[in-house]
Amino acid sequence: MIEKTVAELSAAMTSGDISSVELTQSYLDRIHKANDSLNAFITVCDDTALEQARVADKSRAQGNQNPLLGIPLAHKDIFCTTGIKTTCGSKMLHNFISPYNATVVDKFNQAGVVTLGKTNMDEFAMGSSNETSFFGPVRNPWDLEKVPGGSSGGSAAAVAADLCAMATGTDTGGSIRQPAAFCGVTGFKPSYGRVSRWGMIAFASSLDQAGPICKSAEDAALMMNVMAGIDLKDSTSADREVEDYTATLSDSVKGLRIGIPKQHFTEGLSADVEKSIREALREYEAAGAILKEINLPNSHLSVPAYYVVAPAEASANLSRFDGVRYGHRCDNPLDLEDMYKRSRSEGFGDEVKRRILIGTYALSAGFYDAYYRKAQKIRRLIKNDFDEAFKEVDVIAGPTSPHTAFGIGAKTDPVTMYLEDIYTIAVNLAGLPGISIPAGFSNDLPIGLHIVGPDFGESKVLNAAHQFQLFTDWHKAKPAAKGGI
Amino acid sequence: MALDKAEVEKIAHLARLHISEADTEEVTTRITDILTLIDQMKTVDTESVEPLAHPLDMVQRFRADVVTETNTREQLQDLAPESQDGLYLVPKVIE
Repeated sequence: MIEKTVAELSAAMTSGDISSVELTQSYLDRIHKANDSLNAFITVCDDTALEQARVADKSRAQGNQNPLLGIPLAHKDIFCTTGIKTTCGSKMLHNFISPYNATVVDKFNQAGVVTLGKTNMDEFAMGSSNETSFFGPVRNPWDLEKVPGGSSGGSAAAVAADLCAMATGTDTGGSIRQPAAFCGVTGFKPSYGRVSRWGMIAFASSLDQAGPICKSAEDAALMMNVMAGIDLKDSTSADREVEDYTATLSDSVKGLRIGIPKQHFTEGLSADVEKSIREALREYEAAGAILKEINLPNSHLSVPAYYVVAPAEASANLSRFDGVRYGHRCDNPLDLEDMYKRSRSEGFGDEVKRRILIGTYALSAGFYDAYYRKAQKIRRLIKNDFDEAFKEVDVIAGPTSPHTAFGIGAKTDPVTMYLEDIYTIAVNLAGLPGISIPAGFSNDLPIGLHIVGPDFGESKVLNAAHQFQLFTDWHKAKPAAKGGI
Repeated sequence: MALDKAEVEKIAHLARLHISEADTEEVTTRITDILTLIDQMKTVDTESVEPLAHPLDMVQRFRADVVTETNTREQLQDLAPESQDGLYLVPKVIE
């Protein structure tokens, strides 16, 4: 039962085939069996999960028909949760218990969802492999020697290996979509502002966005129906009506205009990934979609611009960790400055410190125009490229990542790691919705297809992804069948 | 653009980070590598381009000036490494 989608589990609970308590216990058993190998969870909440499941079962008996009622979920450990520690993958917050819930957490609680625990992640969401976590790397369920991607690697690995039915993630430059691609699951980053950022520990505030990691596009739509919406506590949450994202899933892709960016099929792309993506696009064509080559001429500048904007915003956001109000404080500080410096240097890992340094430099006196302002201008060019493209196409499709999951410890140079997100980062800079869905394998490792929509075009993206999952079975493949866990 | 060790130490101070003597060289190399990547931005002329600070074309919302939060001072201070009598304790700053 644990391998089923949220939609299937919901139907099984409605028909009385299984209770939420039974289902929750099955996932907890699976976590306790597999987490030693995967390291996908930082915290597991056996008792409160079973209590939430009992409440859900009672509520269902009383007529509650919420499709997510009693479904077991895992939250990325970046979402604040009362009563459960929220570490953000950092020593800085290794024992932090938030006094409030993130809005996303509140919304899932109100829907009657069961929280199984909190998933591992790159420290402060800074990484593309989950290797920067203070709690150790997550392992890819398809091959334990490979990374699961990052930063939402724990969530993606947990969904792939059936340690939960669905999970939350966050995506600043690809942190939902790239791990979804590496782990063979569905990962959706909504438009900037579609989901509240309240209580989601900030990395880069003009780029961060929360979204679902799950087993199908249909499940992503069900989760989005809960997650999306304006939140007065987040002044950047969008004041726009929330659609029923399940309502348009069954629309045909006949006549759908799919843009293929020529810049995403150049020498950096591995041949096996290209082959699978081309085949996926032919599937769309066979179903009546129209493929059209498009031009995103500034896409090669997205990684450089991102590595100014994101670190600059991060250096400001992470200045709150001062050893005074919460988080790690060093022993026996000599004076205030010594306390700040040693608390931060002991509490943050190397990658986080590097990004704080880059951001501090980019914002420092005399360099602002050359770096931050320049990056914002490039950001405009990238956004303009997408605006132009969406005059001619409905969605844009290509590879999520240039290759499949790489080995743990294989990429030690930060710049090489940064280039991992070459196809996903521009989408964050422009604030657009994007999804990664399974589209094939190479050497038994999953390949992700990336579909991007225009501003607030989540329905179109989810519809296109769902239709692909109706005429292919890639999303149903399981790691255990290919020698994984 | 290449940075030297003194510049890295200055930035570290601005960011209130301590970098040990042993690590300074490696950090300097890494930061220089990243700045080289960033410098690709210089290849494009952006003279007449309006900067984009934020993906949403929106203005800040206003709300009525009324209290919306309850006082959670004790809960918040429970998180502090050191507090006393409702105050956060830090090393002495005034002689």
